[in-house]
Amino acid sequence: MEQKPESLREAFGQVLEELGSTMPEIVAVGADTTESIRTSLFGDKFPDRLFNVGIAEQNMIGVSSGLALYGKKVICGTYMVFIERAIDQIRNTIGYCNLDVKIVGTHTGISVGPDGGSHQTIEDIAIMRALPNMKVVAPCDFYSTKAITREAITAKGPFYIRLPRSSLPGVYTDESIKIGKANLLRDGKDITIIANGIMVQEALKAAVSLKDAGISASVMDFHTIKPIDAEAIIKAATDTGRIITAEDHNIIGGLGSAVAEVLSTRRPTMIRMVGVNDTFGESGQPAELMSKYGISDRSIFENAKEMVKL
Amino acid sequence: MADIDFKDPNRRIGAPELKSIASEIREDILRMLSEAKSGHPGGSLSCTDILVSIYFGKMRHDPTNPKWNDRDRLLLSKGHAAPALYSVLSKCGYFPKEELMTLRKMDSRLQGHPDPKKLPGVEIPGGPEGIGLSEGIGMALAARIDKKPIRVYVITGDGELDEGEVWEAAMAAAKFKLDNLVAIVDQNGLQQEGPTANIMPSDPVSAKFKAFNWNVIEIDGNNIQEVLNALGQADKAKRIPTAIVAKTKKGKGVSFMEGKVEYHSKTISGEVLDKAIAEIRNGSKEGA
Repeated sequence: MEQKPESLREAFGQVLEELGSTMPEIVAVGADTTESIRTSLFGDKFPDRLFNVGIAEQNMIGVSSGLALYGKKVICGTYMVFIERAIDQIRNTIGYCNLDVKIVGTHTGISVGPDGGSHQTIEDIAIMRALPNMKVVAPCDFYSTKAITREAITAKGPFYIRLPRSSLPGVYTDESIKIGKANLLRDGKDITIIANGIMVQEALKAAVSLKDAGISASVMDFHTIKPIDAEAIIKAATDTGRIITAEDHNIIGGLGSAVAEVLSTRRPTMIRMVGVNDTFGESGQPAELMSKYGISDRSIFENAKEMVKL
Repeated sequence: MADIDFKDPNRRIGAPELKSIASEIREDILRMLSEAKSGHPGGSLSCTDILVSIYFGKMRHDPTNPKWNDRDRLLLSKGHAAPALYSVLSKCGYFPKEELMTLRKMDSRLQGHPDPKKLPGVEIPGGPEGIGLSEGIGMALAARIDKKPIRVYVITGDGELDEGEVWEAAMAAAKFKLDNLVAIVDQNGLQQEGPTANIMPSDPVSAKFKAFNWNVIEIDGNNIQEVLNALGQADKAKRIPTAIVAKTKKGKGVSFMEGKVEYHSKTISGEVLDKAIAEIRNGSKEGA
């Protein structure tokens, strides 16, 4: 039963606008993409608390840091590929000083589509999760984005909130998810698919095809990459003995690596990683690109079948 | 220094007294760096008079309550001048003087570059160049939202002007009409590998800030009276940020260090240190 796709950016913007009323300490900083990433919803309501610094991401991060060092709660963001030019500032101010800044990076992964490889961040999770103090989250639909945005903004300290460009069908019907706690979306006994972001939908589709092929697959939404829910990983490994990770990100350093770090040190288990195979993307429609770069439901399905045969 | 009320904006401490404090700071800087055996004397000595003028002669702050919400802020964007900042903070009373000699050592609060998590009085982290002006904008905007008469001072180096972020910030500060923001460019004319004129010419610095719609004041940054006058003038700016372009000497106060590139990050010890300190003490006895 396919639901109508909804914008995750819109979900983020709605929560920011809503919290702006009850939390006067919230301010936002944008970089000429405030409409697109929907911080404009907050800005329309609180024009004195949104600062647009133009196409100047380093300054966006620096200004955000200054606001946070003063004592404000700061939400800043733009397309993630542009934020990456300010990694120095993110590291040395937000990360180093554990500042109360939420970085919202949108248009992530190959699924960005027609804008092409220059805009498709496939390295962002690897970079951000290697920064001490930084928490990393990647929701998969409208309601989980709302829940995660609300919890991240309410919490103290730095977060990277990774949002895709695409609107996505609903997985959740309410805001019941919690940062740091993986969600079991489908229970199975032969294999566990650990996915996040846009790949949760793909994992669910793959699980249906696998069922038809006689393979029972669990699907888990790992919306939080850091801190990773290690207990959920170990339980999945114990229950099914096989793990596939699925993400719209390089196979180096992303969700797959985070899961492998837990498994290899605590419960060595067969694992395969579905992700972008250390290459840049190109222009195309999201579905075409996901198929070409091996991050579709098909790719999860094939890998799962092979693993179960082994 | 216990008798100075740093919270009083109308306190009057004359240039001669500030000059004498600056000499003590310079002596501290050289002793700390000698003990640490690494660090940056040249750029610490060049901005000493600016730091002393602001902390002792101008800024409202409270060493007994470093997180006082209504304090003015001093952001040392050229974080490698950490020894100068540390000595000033200690002399104001933020922490005991004995701690100065732990600079750059294991478990010290006096990190090689300032860390606001560790040391009271430090407002921003130091290290990579070019971030401080942006952070100053953030603080100035926050003060405006809260309708507080807080003033934000940012000290940048002139080598630091190579960083693109400085000019992103320069545009933004003018856009936001931040008359509570003052940038002081410590223009000592040298950077790590040579004269800024050779490595990356930043001049005409004043004309650049003017073109970016800033109020610009040019001074001799090693003349405390001129620094005080410029800080007073900056108070009067309305709906425009102020840049004080302060010409200084790198290594100021020690004849054989002044204007020498190698003292960007070369420390001294033994007889050379004694000679330098004797010079600084003699210099402080001359008229202000």
